[in-house]
Amino acid sequence: MFGKLDWSAIPISQPIPLITSLVVILVVLGVLGLVTAKGWWPYLWREWITTVDHKRIGIMYCLLGVVMLIRGFADAIMMRTQQALAVGGAQGYLPPEHYNQIFSAHGTIMIFFGAMPLVIGFMNFLVPLQLGVRDVAFPTFNSVSFWLTASGALLVNVSLFLGEFARTGWLPYPPLSEAAYSPGVGVDYYLWAVQISGVGTLVTGINFVTTVLKVRCPGMSYLRMPMFTWTAFASSLIIVAVFPILTATLAMLTLDRYVGWHFFTNTAGGNPMMFMNLIWAWGHPEVYILVLPAFGIFSEIFSTFSGKPLFGYRSMVAATLFICIVSMMVWLHHFFTMGAGPAVNTFFGIASSVIAVGTGVKIYNWIFTMYGGRVRLAVPMLWSMGFIFTFIIGGLTGVLLAVPPADFLVHNSMFLVAHFHNVIVGGVVFALFAGLEFWFPKAFGFRLHEGWGKAAFWLAFFGFWVTFAPLYIVGLMGMTRRLQHVIVPAWAPWLYISAVGVAILALGVISQVVQLVVSIRDREKLRDVTGDPWDGRSLEWATPSPPPFFNYAVLPNVAGEEPYWGIKLRAVETQQLAPEPQYEPIEMPVNSPVGFYTAFFASVFGFAMIWYIWWLAILALVAAYAGFAWFAWRDVHEFEVPVEEVAQADRARRAAREAALARLSEQGALP
Amino acid sequence: MGGLHDSRDRLARACKGLIVVLLALSLASCSGGVLDPLGPVGADDAAILIDATVIMLAIIIPTILLAFWMMWRYRASNPKGEYLPYWSYSGRIEAVVWSIPILTIMFIGGVIWIGSYKLDPFKPLPSKNPPLEVQVVSLDWKWLFIYPEEGIATVNQLVIPAGTPVHFSITSASVFNVFFVPRLGSMIYAMPGMVSQLSLQADRPAVMFGQSSHFSGDGFSDMQFQVQSVPDAEFTAWVRTAKGGGRPLDRAAYAQLARQSQNVKPYTYASVDPQLFHAVATQQIPPAPGPEPENPSHAGREVSTGGHD
Repeated sequence: MFGKLDWSAIPISQPIPLITSLVVILVVLGVLGLVTAKGWWPYLWREWITTVDHKRIGIMYCLLGVVMLIRGFADAIMMRTQQALAVGGAQGYLPPEHYNQIFSAHGTIMIFFGAMPLVIGFMNFLVPLQLGVRDVAFPTFNSVSFWLTASGALLVNVSLFLGEFARTGWLPYPPLSEAAYSPGVGVDYYLWAVQISGVGTLVTGINFVTTVLKVRCPGMSYLRMPMFTWTAFASSLIIVAVFPILTATLAMLTLDRYVGWHFFTNTAGGNPMMFMNLIWAWGHPEVYILVLPAFGIFSEIFSTFSGKPLFGYRSMVAATLFICIVSMMVWLHHFFTMGAGPAVNTFFGIASSVIAVGTGVKIYNWIFTMYGGRVRLAVPMLWSMGFIFTFIIGGLTGVLLAVPPADFLVHNSMFLVAHFHNVIVGGVVFALFAGLEFWFPKAFGFRLHEGWGKAAFWLAFFGFWVTFAPLYIVGLMGMTRRLQHVIVPAWAPWLYISAVGVAILALGVISQVVQLVVSIRDREKLRDVTGDPWDGRSLEWATPSPPPFFNYAVLPNVAGEEPYWGIKLRAVETQQLAPEPQYEPIEMPVNSPVGFYTAFFASVFGFAMIWYIWWLAILALVAAYAGFAWFAWRDVHEFEVPVEEVAQADRARRAAREAALARLSEQGALP
Repeated sequence: MGGLHDSRDRLARACKGLIVVLLALSLASCSGGVLDPLGPVGADDAAILIDATVIMLAIIIPTILLAFWMMWRYRASNPKGEYLPYWSYSGRIEAVVWSIPILTIMFIGGVIWIGSYKLDPFKPLPSKNPPLEVQVVSLDWKWLFIYPEEGIATVNQLVIPAGTPVHFSITSASVFNVFFVPRLGSMIYAMPGMVSQLSLQADRPAVMFGQSSHFSGDGFSDMQFQVQSVPDAEFTAWVRTAKGGGRPLDRAAYAQLARQSQNVKPYTYASVDPQLFHAVATQQIPPAPGPEPENPSHAGREVSTGGHD
C-alpha cells in the first residue's frame, strides 16, 4: 500500500535531523495557524497563490530563494564546524552517513533552490518592467514554473524527516548513485526534486526567450534593451539549450535505478563517464545561467550610482553573447584528470580560459563606467565594489584550474571549493544582495535601512574571505573536498580560521534579517514616494513604487537607450511632465490556480515515486495532466481594466512626480 | 591621550603578532603540499601553477587598483573629479579592454598547450632506470597496490624506490576514485572497467600521504594511504620481507577484500594472482558489492556498517 514507506523512515535515532524536523514542522504549523486565525487565506489565494502577475511571481521566487539560502547556509555552518572538530583522531559530531547528506543537500539547495529562484525572481520582476510591457509572454505558464520550483524545494526538505537525502554530492555521479551502491531513497529524492523543478526552469527559459523576442514596447529595439534584460535573455537562451540535457541525463539515471537499465552502471556495458560528460554539459552552462543576470544587475548598479550611461554598452552585449555561446564548450574542464589525452585537455583548457576574455571586458567596462561619474557609495555600490575585488580573484583561480597541469594538483581539492565559492558567492550572491537592496523599494514602496545594509555587507565581505582564503591554502596543502574527518594535523589551524569566518558570515546573515525587520518597522520613514529612489535610468523607475498590476497605464514609446533618463531630463528642462496621455481600457490575464494545482499533484507524484507507491503516482500524474487539459479548455483568459481605474492610478503617479519636480525647483536643484 | 597611545601600540603589536603567526603558518603549510614537490612531475605541475598565477597577477593587481582608484577619484563628494554625464564610449579604450584579456589568454593558452602535452599523465618518464610497475585498484574503501614483477600486493601502503620512475596502471573495482599523492604531482581517476596510466617519481627518500580525491561513499575519508619512497636496497629488503609473511592474494582473498570496509590498516600479501588486475579491470571478476546492511528492511535509509565489520 505504501511502498517502501513505514515508521522507520522517521529518523528517531538521529537527534539532529529529528529535532530540526520537529522545529521546522512547528514553525510551518505556526505560520499556517496564524494565517488561518487571521483569516488571510482568501487574500493569499486571490492575490498570491493564483496570481499570474510577473512582479508577484518574482517576489515569491525571491522569497523562496532567500528561505532556501538560509537553509543551505545552516548546512554550511555544520560542514565547517564538523571539519574543524573532526581533526586528528576525532570524528566530530556528524557521522559520515549524515555528513554526506549535508554537503549534498548544501550544494543542491544552494544552486537549484537558492540561487536559481533568486535569479529567476529578478528576471520575472524586472524584464517586463524594463521592456515597458505589462507581463511576460505566457503569464499562466509563469505561475506553473514557480510552483513546480517550489514543489522541488518541498521534496528536498521532506527528505529531512522522511527517509534521507542523497549522500552522493550535489551531482550524483554514478556508479555511486546507482541502486547497487546507493540503495536508499536519498538519490531518488534528489532525482525527483530536481526533475520537477527543472521542468519549471525550462518553462521559464522558454517564457523569457519569447518575451524578449516578441513582447517589447514600441521603439524598444534590441540595442535599446537595458543590460539586465540582455543578460536575462542570454541566460534564458542557455536554459532552453541545456536544461533538456539535465532532464534527459537524470531520466537515464532514474531508469537505471528504477527498472534496472544500464546507461551508467559499472556493469553490462553501462558507461558512468558518459554521465559526467552529460551532467557537466548542463552543469557548466548552469554557472553562466546564474552569473550572467548577476552581471546584468551590476551593470545597472554601476551606471545608476555613477550617474552615467554604461560604458561600452554594445561591447557589453557582445561580451554577454560571447559568454553565452562559449559557456557550452567548456564542460570537460571538470574532469581533466580523467585522462582524456593532451589534445582534448588543450582544447577545453583554452576554451575555458577564453571565457575570461568576456568577463575581463565586462570588468573593465564597469571600471570605465565610473570614470567621469559621480559615484555614490550606497549599499548596492558597496556590494558591487566587493564583487569586483572578490570576482577578479575568483577569476584568477578559475583560470588556474583551466590549466590542465595545474588542475592535476588541485582538482577536487579545497582549492576548488574556495574557487567556486569565490565566483558564485562573490559573483552571484553579492549581485543578488545588491539587487535586493536596489530594487526592494520598487517592489515594496520603501527602502531598506542603510546602516544595517552596510553592516551586512562588511560582515559578509570579511566573513567570506576569512572562510574561504584558508580553504585555498589547505587545498594547496593537498586537502581534498568532502572529508568527514581530517587526518593531517597541519590542516587544522586553517580549518579553525575557516570556522571563525563562517561565524562572521552568520553575523552578516543576521544583519540582513535585522535590516528587513527594522525597515518594515520604519517603512513610513523609508517610504519611496516618487518611484525613483536612486535617480534611475531604465524604464522600471518610471513606474510608481510598487507598480500597479498593469505596470504602465500607457505603454512608453522608446526613442533611445536609457529611455527613463530621457523622460526625466525633458521633464527637468521644461519643468513639467509630458502632457497627460489619452487613457484606454487595458486587457490583463485572469488569475489561475492551474500552477498551484499542477505543482501540488507533481509533488505528490514525486513523493509517490520516491517511496514506490505506484497507485498514488499514477493517480497524481493523471490529476496533474487533467489540470492542464482543463486549463486548455478555458473560455475566459483576460479581463478588462476600466479606463477610470487606469486613469486614476496614473494620475496619482503623475501627481507624485509633479510634487517631486516642484520640490527640486524649490531647492534650486534645477537649472 | 597616553592611554589612547598605549592601546594603539598594543593594537599595533597585536596586529604584528597576528601577521607573524599567519606568515609562519603559511610557510609551515608549504611543506607537505602540492607546492613542496618531491619529484619531477610534481615540480613541473607546481611550476606551471606558479607561472600562471604570476602571469595573471601582473594583470589583475593593476586592475583591482584601477577599480578602487576610479571609485575614489570619481566619488560624488570629490569636487576634483570632472563629471562627464554622457561619456560612455571610446574606441581606443574599447580596443585596449578587449586586447588585455585576449593577450593574457593567448599567453596562458600557450602554457596550457605546451603543459598539457609535456605533462600528459599517460606519458612515460625519461630515466636511465627501468620503471617499477604498480597496479592500483580502488576498492570500497581502501587501495590495493599490486607489484606484478615482485609478485606481492599491499593494502593502503605504497612503497617505492627513490629515484626510479613508477608506472601506475589504475582501475576501480567499484565506484569512481582519484589516485593522488600530493607531493608526487598529477592525480588521475580510477574508473571501473577502464585502466588509467600515470608515471610518477620520487627523487628522495621520504614519507608522504596519498588519498582518494574523489568522493566515493561513507568510508571515503579514510581512503588515505602512506607512501614511502626508500633507497633501492631498502626497497629490495622490503619486498623480501613482504614475500616472507602474510597471506596470498588469490580470488577468494580478493572477494573478501572487495567487500565494503572502512579505516583499513595497511598490510601486505605475500603473493598475488598474476591475472588479478587484468581480471578486475576487464570485469571478469564482477564489480565489488555495495552496502550489505544487516537489516535490509530499513525504510529508505541506508545502514552504515560504521567501520566495525
